[in-house]
Amino acid sequence: MTQSALRITAFVSAVILGQLPAYAQDAAGEETPAIGAQSTPVAQGASKAAHMSDPVKELTADHSKFDQLKGPFASGSEVTEACLSCHTEASNQVMHSVHWTWEYQNEATGQTLGKAHEMNAFCGNVASNEVRCTSCHTGYGWTDVREPMPDDPTKVDCLVCHDKSGQYTKQDNLAGEPPLEPVAAGAKTITGAAAWPVNLAEAAQSVGAPPGRDNCGNCHFYGGGGDNVKHGDLSSALFNPSRDVDVHMSPDGQNFTCETCHVSDKHVFEGSRYETDVIDPHPDRKAGTAHDAAACQSCHTDSPHEGPNPLIAAKLNDHTDTVACQTCHIPSFARGGVATKTVWDWSTAGKLDADGKPITEEGFTQSDGKHLHTYMSKKGNFEWGENVTPYYAWSNGEMTFTLPEEEIDPTQVVEINKIGGNPGQPDSRIFPFKRMVGTQAYDVQRNVLAYNNVYGPGNGTALWSYYDWEKSLKAGMDYAGVEYSGEFDFVHTYMYWPITHMVAPADDALQCESCHTQGGRMTDLARIYVPGSEINLGGKLGLAMFLMALLGALGHGALRLINRGKKNGGHHG
Amino acid sequence: MAEHCVKVYSRFNRLWHWSQVGSIMLLFFTGARLLGLHPILPFGAAVLIHTVVALALLLLWAFATFWLFTTGGYKQFIPRMQGMWEVGRFYAYGVFKGEEHPYVKSYERRHNPLQAAAYFALKMMLFPAIWISGLAYLSYGVWDHLDGGSFWLEIIANFHVLAAFAIASFVVVHVYLLTIGHGFRQHVRPMVSGYEKVDLTPEAEAYFRQQGRVLD
Repeated sequence: MTQSALRITAFVSAVILGQLPAYAQDAAGEETPAIGAQSTPVAQGASKAAHMSDPVKELTADHSKFDQLKGPFASGSEVTEACLSCHTEASNQVMHSVHWTWEYQNEATGQTLGKAHEMNAFCGNVASNEVRCTSCHTGYGWTDVREPMPDDPTKVDCLVCHDKSGQYTKQDNLAGEPPLEPVAAGAKTITGAAAWPVNLAEAAQSVGAPPGRDNCGNCHFYGGGGDNVKHGDLSSALFNPSRDVDVHMSPDGQNFTCETCHVSDKHVFEGSRYETDVIDPHPDRKAGTAHDAAACQSCHTDSPHEGPNPLIAAKLNDHTDTVACQTCHIPSFARGGVATKTVWDWSTAGKLDADGKPITEEGFTQSDGKHLHTYMSKKGNFEWGENVTPYYAWSNGEMTFTLPEEEIDPTQVVEINKIGGNPGQPDSRIFPFKRMVGTQAYDVQRNVLAYNNVYGPGNGTALWSYYDWEKSLKAGMDYAGVEYSGEFDFVHTYMYWPITHMVAPADDALQCESCHTQGGRMTDLARIYVPGSEINLGGKLGLAMFLMALLGALGHGALRLINRGKKNGGHHG
Repeated sequence: MAEHCVKVYSRFNRLWHWSQVGSIMLLFFTGARLLGLHPILPFGAAVLIHTVVALALLLLWAFATFWLFTTGGYKQFIPRMQGMWEVGRFYAYGVFKGEEHPYVKSYERRHNPLQAAAYFALKMMLFPAIWISGLAYLSYGVWDHLDGGSFWLEIIANFHVLAAFAIASFVVVHVYLLTIGHGFRQHVRPMVSGYEKVDLTPEAEAYFRQQGRVLD
């Protein structure tokens, strides 16, 4: 009886959560049965070990059988407290991860990076906009990014990564808290869906070890305020991609989860867009040993090509020292029907119609028919792209950011982050990027990028409520504790996002001609010799020599013909 | 001394010549594709054909070199100055007046001095230049990790292409010169049949007759 009731609940949640395809898939019933589908009804008041008559399970702990997880729970933190009663070290591990600190120490450049510290070409800055931005934090209640998260283990959000019920989510403006009963009218989740009251007990009893792609995707696919807005290669298309969209993650392909490549160790995951592995960081790894790298070469080695014949394979393998795997094997990004934002012009934000009401234009139609905004009074003008050809650059994986308070040259395009690496260097490869084109506010007198306050209903300064740049920037700069002249303008910016997901099947990889042709993809970039991309000096000299030989022969022949006619006796001629 | 129709080009000699012609034409065609001079053939296919044919030609050259040295045929290609002026003057002047070619072929010296000098330069400079640069180009993956690897690749690639055009220029002149004298077909025929009219001493004639190599 209880069982069927739970099943119905699970089914109903699945229907409500139609926008979460991964859950729909789970509910269809494979690896992680929805809560309630367990074989043994949970006895009240006692954890119960499985008997020989029960089906054998892969994991040694069925969390639906734990007393501590039965609830009721009044907050996410209470669930965490229950988790920590067994997993005593987990919170400390999480608190040492970038998921928690939003801080990344780049030893190579000496820069302190991470969402909490850097500026970006999307919403700009976390400071003063916390409750909205930190809704995707792996912790609860981070309302002041100027302060580190309190050393409080119960503030760690275990469920966001380990929930398997599919109905756990976070509200988009509660600094990481889930929507609970009663849900505020009009509230939204971090994916932009209408919020529902989360059942914390159901989530707690559903937990499983490796995060599923929905756990990661619900935050990472929606960065920058919407589906695929930020990265370009991370979108909801990856919840259940077809093979041509992502050969690794497709159920018809390898059916990887994120964690298959982004291997975790003590809750710290491999892979970083600040220090990307463009070469195999563990070249001395023996075959079969455990590996912990998100680099393609960790699995595929640096000579991955075997066909179609040995000579072509050898030639392709010759390329791996100059070209990253991603360059050929991700021919375009924002595939699978979800567009990515390519241009964000903040300078036009704030225009209102005759009645003083905000304006919205939807000038871009995604391939699935969805209309996307191309102007919003809140945010300015946008451009979108699907199947976008990457921007290519030599990269050694190292990103140097234009940090807040760093002097900029407003007459030039400001690079929010600069790509490290040089042509032909052993640690550098030609690598694909999404180049985000932006127009952002800066302090005209001090020549520094300006913090904005965009979120905060009722505070009188937030751009998204009051459409007033003066107030927004003043509030942002004051909040960050930065000197501000009060005079602002907008500067053109580029921001580079490494493209490394949406790996296409081998058949869809770039062909030789994509680069080895005049005006090919590496034109203006390569600064190394790319056969076919131009007639080189040797070719030009040679061609001149060849034409002279041809002209010489023709001229000589013509003279002979003329003279033969004149002399009229030239036998043997 | 009298002119006789003698078999001067052995079967291997002719096979070597025409395989070389075929290979070099294929190498020009695919090489031009790789350089971007025409779009016929996919790039990958051009790389494959260019590589395979080049390696096959290198093998042929190895055999031919061995053959030339064991048969003494290499002597045909040793340059000399004697008669150079007359031949040069003929091509620059006499040929327009309908003069006879000043050089009379002998069995031992098929090539006129200018021809011998050109073949010598081809075999001693251009061919080594093209195959050394070609092998270096092809084996890029082995040495590219060295300092300035990509710089050297570019030097080698330019050198390779320049050498290729030099050979192409040679081919143009080579083919054009076949039209001088007794005419194109008369010049090509010996390289097909093997027989050519050359001056023989009575002793040589007797020797070749004994061997069945005189046709008339």
